[in-house]
Amino acid sequence: MSSPALHEPFEAIDRQRLSAALGMWVFLASEILFFGSLFLGFTVYRSLHPQAILEAGRETNVVFGSVNTAILLISSVTMAVADKAAERGLRRMVVGCLAATAALGLAFLVLKGLEYREDIHEHLVPGPDFKLKTPAAQLFFGFYWSMTAIHAVHLTIGIAAVCLFAWRVSRRAFDFTASAALPSLGLYWHLVDIIWIFLYPLLYLGGRAP
Amino acid sequence: MTDMTAESGLTAPRSDTYLNHGSTLWSWLTTTDHKRIALLYFGSITLFFFIGGAAATMIRLELISPNGALFTNDGYNRLFTLHGVIMVWFFLVPSIPTTFGNFLLPLMIGASDVAFPRLNLFSWYLNTVGGLLVVACLVLGGVDTGWTFYTPFSSMFSNSYVFLAVAAVFVVGFSTIATGVNFIVTVHALRAPGMTWFRLPLFVWTQYATAIVIILATPVLAISLALIAAERLFGLPIFDPQHGGDPVLFQHLFWFYSHPAVYIMILPAFGVVSELIACFSRRQVFGYTAMVWAILGISVIGFFVWGHHMFVAGMSPFAALVFSFLSFIVAVPSAIKVFNWTFTLYRGQIYFEAPMLYALGFIGLFTIGGLTGLFTASLPIDVHVTDSYFVVAHFHYVMVGGSVSAFFGALHFWWPKISGRMAPDGWARFAAILMFFGFNFTFFPQFVMGYLGMNRRYHHYAPEFQIYHVASSMGAVILAAAYLLPMGYLTWSLFRGQKARANPWGATGLEWQTSSPPPKHNFDQRPVVTERAYVYHPDQESPRHEEPNAREPHNPQGQRG
Repeated sequence: MSSPALHEPFEAIDRQRLSAALGMWVFLASEILFFGSLFLGFTVYRSLHPQAILEAGRETNVVFGSVNTAILLISSVTMAVADKAAERGLRRMVVGCLAATAALGLAFLVLKGLEYREDIHEHLVPGPDFKLKTPAAQLFFGFYWSMTAIHAVHLTIGIAAVCLFAWRVSRRAFDFTASAALPSLGLYWHLVDIIWIFLYPLLYLGGRAP
Repeated sequence: MTDMTAESGLTAPRSDTYLNHGSTLWSWLTTTDHKRIALLYFGSITLFFFIGGAAATMIRLELISPNGALFTNDGYNRLFTLHGVIMVWFFLVPSIPTTFGNFLLPLMIGASDVAFPRLNLFSWYLNTVGGLLVVACLVLGGVDTGWTFYTPFSSMFSNSYVFLAVAAVFVVGFSTIATGVNFIVTVHALRAPGMTWFRLPLFVWTQYATAIVIILATPVLAISLALIAAERLFGLPIFDPQHGGDPVLFQHLFWFYSHPAVYIMILPAFGVVSELIACFSRRQVFGYTAMVWAILGISVIGFFVWGHHMFVAGMSPFAALVFSFLSFIVAVPSAIKVFNWTFTLYRGQIYFEAPMLYALGFIGLFTIGGLTGLFTASLPIDVHVTDSYFVVAHFHYVMVGGSVSAFFGALHFWWPKISGRMAPDGWARFAAILMFFGFNFTFFPQFVMGYLGMNRRYHHYAPEFQIYHVASSMGAVILAAAYLLPMGYLTWSLFRGQKARANPWGATGLEWQTSSPPPKHNFDQRPVVTERAYVYHPDQESPRHEEPNAREPHNPQGQRG
């Protein structure tokens, strides 16, 4: 009658699923304020030093940025498919989609790493031998490095959780159809994706209009 | 069903309480029982209260003489920073929510645990990791930035363990967020049948509102501290004026958290006091609905007043006026609460037991703290008293006179439920009165010297202020005694105290409808709620006089069995 996924203190699996989703939404609200402060700071500096921020914005590598945006968007699709497949109890489909999601996430990190290497090579790390002369251009890269690094930390946590979940599903370790873990993980993954969708125009598209 | 006979079934000693469900250390460290996690948190915050208190003791000792005889300038900076960091993030913010909130929230709404028990345990471990980091910071040599970590000093110049302190606060912030998520979902999903939103005890409402403030404010602190770390460790110019960065931006982000944080500290205290005032005056809470809207109003408006911490930091006159206006507005719901507590006393049958003395003390001290808040919210006075002892006295009246009094009131009120023993009321009343007296003795002189021009954060001062500092330090001795006393008699009561009945105060809440201490799963049968909160007497009738031992809850919220 009752599902093995049902835990104390809940008495019904539906309520437990709703609660897990609510808990994740509440946590995501917190995450939005977390990144929101960064967006606010960036916006303030952009209005204080418009020219310098645009000048610095032209230095990021738009190819890496765009390819990574595409990769993350696709990973959100595979995540959503995994979620839907779990509702129907399609175990192999779930494992496959989760593996694809994790692989795409890893691909994003690898590309990001290559991009970082190029940035370092081009003296885009704030400091005495920074590439641009305008002092405020370094502010842009202060935000570039902190925003993308914090985003990468979130993505790494997401990849680890997806891998763990895929492994447990493939080992038939728990009742993934009833459990609320997958929809919650999906919500988190999509948030990390959406944050990037805001980061992409801020960091890669500013200053490039003809 | 008379309550006394029904209660006899609950008074029989039982072997399956949450306390003796398992007795190994391992069973405590891996528990997911919200009551045991509350006790783990009790241990942590008591430890930090005394570390922060030791720092305060040394500050008061140093300030007896105007020449700064005991500590170097740098040592003194580290001392008051340590006091602030530990008291704010390791005592006040977690104090009532993680202990009484954890213990009581599920009991009060008739649930068997919080929504995510393992997350709850995880939050305690995060809190412990944060605690270890701050202790490491303390042992290595401390921080000298002040608890506010203002840039560019903290990010570019300070030669102390800023990173460790910032990391500690960052980690402990996520522990608080975990608790906040848990509370919000618990209140939404696990209320017992019949426990509608407007039947919730006000303590539950305050925990809910506090949780909302926690999840929306804490991440902003986390990111501002992470940016300081990025600036210190990697030289990223975020707030660096040389590169066109704006240190005032840091202050905005910091106070966007730290002003709501004041409500994280005081809202739970409001909840405690509402429970105590109703129970010990045997009256329905006056204006329950207004109280609920005041709680929610404070938590919302509290987000829009942060600028009043920065009136002299460089702000447009228009922004300053708006922040000043909003700061006056946020005082309205607080005043509604104070008036409603007072009206609740009116025509009540008042019992002056220890928890009630703490609650009455709270009302007086919080009112002074709140009214002086209006002084500092008005621009012309704030410019005069900014960074003076007037401000120090103001927030200590709210945080210590308010939150800490409520914490001790809660401790004495729910002690029988938590431990199964009664605290010795004579000693407890003595400690409560001593605390009220010692508190005013310590902090009232600070209003006066602050108004006369004594700056905060200095240990060299003009000799004419010495009389006030000596008075304040003498008061601090009394206050310290009043904080230490409960450690003694509460410990004594654990072994020798009278065994507590299920409902020794005759209170109406669901937490009193189970045995003291409660069984592992809180209730033997899931309670059904049939009544509003606080129906201590019929509508349109005053409460009757009852002997202290024969107080009855009249219409308790839950029906047993």
